[in-house]
Amino acid sequence: MIKHSYGTAIRSAFEYLLENYPECFIIGQGLWSPWYVGNTMTDLDKKYGEHRIIDTPVSEAAVTGLAVGASLCGSKPIVVHPRIDFMLYAMDPVVNQAAKWAHMTGGSSNPGLTVRCIINRGGEQGAQHSQSLHSWFAHIPGLRVVMPYSVEDARDLLIASVLCKDPVIFIDDNWLYKEESELNPITEIKLSTIEPKVITEGTDVTIVGSSYSTKLAVDAANLLKLNHGISSEVIDLRVLSPLNSKNIINSVLKTKNLIVIDGGTKTSGFAAEIITSAVESIPECTLSSKPLRLTLPDCPAPTSRVLEDAYYPNVSNIVNKIVTNLE
Amino acid sequence: MNSIDKLNDFMALLAEPKNYQNNIDINGQSPDQLLDFLFSMILIRRVEEKLAKEKENGVIGGPVHLAAGQEAIPVAISANLTKNDRVFGAHRSHSHLLALKPTVYELFAEVLGKNTGLSKGMGGSMHLTNTDSGFIGSVPIVSGTVPLAVGASFDAKYRGSSDIGVAYLGDGAMEEGIVHESLNLAKVLKTPTLFVVENNLFSSHMHISLRQPNSGTSRFAFANDIEFSVVDGNDCAEVFNTSKYLIDKIRKGDGPKFIEAVTYRHYGHVDWRKDVDVGVNRSEKDLDNWMKRDPILRLTNSLLEKSLINHDGILEVEDNVSSLIQDSWSKALDDSYPDLNKLKTRVYYNHD
Repeated sequence: MIKHSYGTAIRSAFEYLLENYPECFIIGQGLWSPWYVGNTMTDLDKKYGEHRIIDTPVSEAAVTGLAVGASLCGSKPIVVHPRIDFMLYAMDPVVNQAAKWAHMTGGSSNPGLTVRCIINRGGEQGAQHSQSLHSWFAHIPGLRVVMPYSVEDARDLLIASVLCKDPVIFIDDNWLYKEESELNPITEIKLSTIEPKVITEGTDVTIVGSSYSTKLAVDAANLLKLNHGISSEVIDLRVLSPLNSKNIINSVLKTKNLIVIDGGTKTSGFAAEIITSAVESIPECTLSSKPLRLTLPDCPAPTSRVLEDAYYPNVSNIVNKIVTNLE
Repeated sequence: MNSIDKLNDFMALLAEPKNYQNNIDINGQSPDQLLDFLFSMILIRRVEEKLAKEKENGVIGGPVHLAAGQEAIPVAISANLTKNDRVFGAHRSHSHLLALKPTVYELFAEVLGKNTGLSKGMGGSMHLTNTDSGFIGSVPIVSGTVPLAVGASFDAKYRGSSDIGVAYLGDGAMEEGIVHESLNLAKVLKTPTLFVVENNLFSSHMHISLRQPNSGTSRFAFANDIEFSVVDGNDCAEVFNTSKYLIDKIRKGDGPKFIEAVTYRHYGHVDWRKDVDVGVNRSEKDLDNWMKRDPILRLTNSLLEKSLINHDGILEVEDNVSSLIQDSWSKALDDSYPDLNKLKTRVYYNHD
């Protein structure tokens, strides 16, 4: 067993890929500086060289397009966007090119790049440094969208994403970087086999989350048990697209209550997708309470700390809302 | 080019329809290669005329963007490329593809949406691929493949090969921000990329004089410290010589290069019409003048003048091309459409 934080687990995935796959390179802004990507890439440039760890001009669109083009020729590029907000300039390479390439060329070549982007919010950073845009990407056929919660998934799903032949949006969360865990040695897994996972079994309510929202779900489940005697089944989505909702449906059939916690805003968000995909697959009148989504409100992230505290969900609010909903 | 002023003066000459109607200079060129150029250009022209006709007849469903009049550029450049190079096009790319390999039947099948097409019937005219010949792909988002070509070049360099990437783009694409990022990135990373701007003076309906401060786009190569050449794009010998010089340098590790080839399209923006009515600054008179600058006409006259071909020889080429087109079209018409399950099974990559 090896002890890792979420941050160093990501670094160990990069190290594994660079060590074993010479066709793998990493490109993006800030890769030669610890300033942008925390401890997730420390000294990789020194160990593997600046020809494989490439810090770039401030050109998110062209850099992402470069990775798409290189991947069509057999490379395994990883593009790093230190904030998901910054990659909005790169929507054409991601949405028009990478996502559709295999389909519109009949599978003659595949853009197997991985776009690793970071959710990095809080600290009064405001509207353009705080977004969680996974729902956007999950709406685009052809992309695979991965959001690890566990330390082991942060490492193993990153490796699986890079080895996958399809374009993958891998989203990690700065608020999880200090989570720690003992990890098994690396084994390669196929991304297409990864599905949402029951990480806490329970009988009274199903709580679905992804990435940091799963942490909120786990913490809420503990308090629900301790203070209210409610037994929660927590499901971590892991791969948002393509979504395999089998485990969610089975859990809801058992608990008859569904709560979704999501780090994005409410309207047209991923929580709505989870609720719909469950409700349309279970018999009418299965649910004993209304399904509930706990999300960000439909407004941009604020700066002032008072507004910030009101904006982001916290565990005690989540617990109160779940208890009220189940009453 | 010593200064931007001189460049602009030269561009003004090239953009004037009445200029450059003379025969081309073929001294020192390989006669066999010139005859190959003639064959390729006639083949591409007749293929596109067929597509125009079948679109007008309603047999072809989707849009076809035709490059008749612009054939000299890809035909001459492709003579300097191998199947290991990585070529990308855009919405008007039948010529880029056919100049690498005359896959007429597969192109027809694709345009007809048949499963024997270049993209297995999933792409039509605007999404073409033929990786066997080095044509990685063309797509209709203006400038969409330009950074991809930089990436394909980067991959070639990363592997230590001397293969290069080629980005075909138009003067309209030069107005997209991602192209400027791509030029800068290619220069900074020293990627083996040839940017080929086919400046046909129009983006859709609109003349370049209404879109840019002057008719040339090479000032952006200059601004990014990328070696460039401006050429008469309807002179296959000049395009060949210039591209050979620049491609040789790219293969030796000298970083990205840029060619601006000035040309004109005989058809309008899309399908069979000439667009002299809807085009802004596009007139019947200009088109008449540009027809006298036709790259096939000028090469043919130059070859006849030097007795490198005679009228019988030209007829023979036309007959051969005509048979190939007829046979390919009939065969493609008889082919099957993709199975309905391909709609969903090709969303993610698989090797079917």
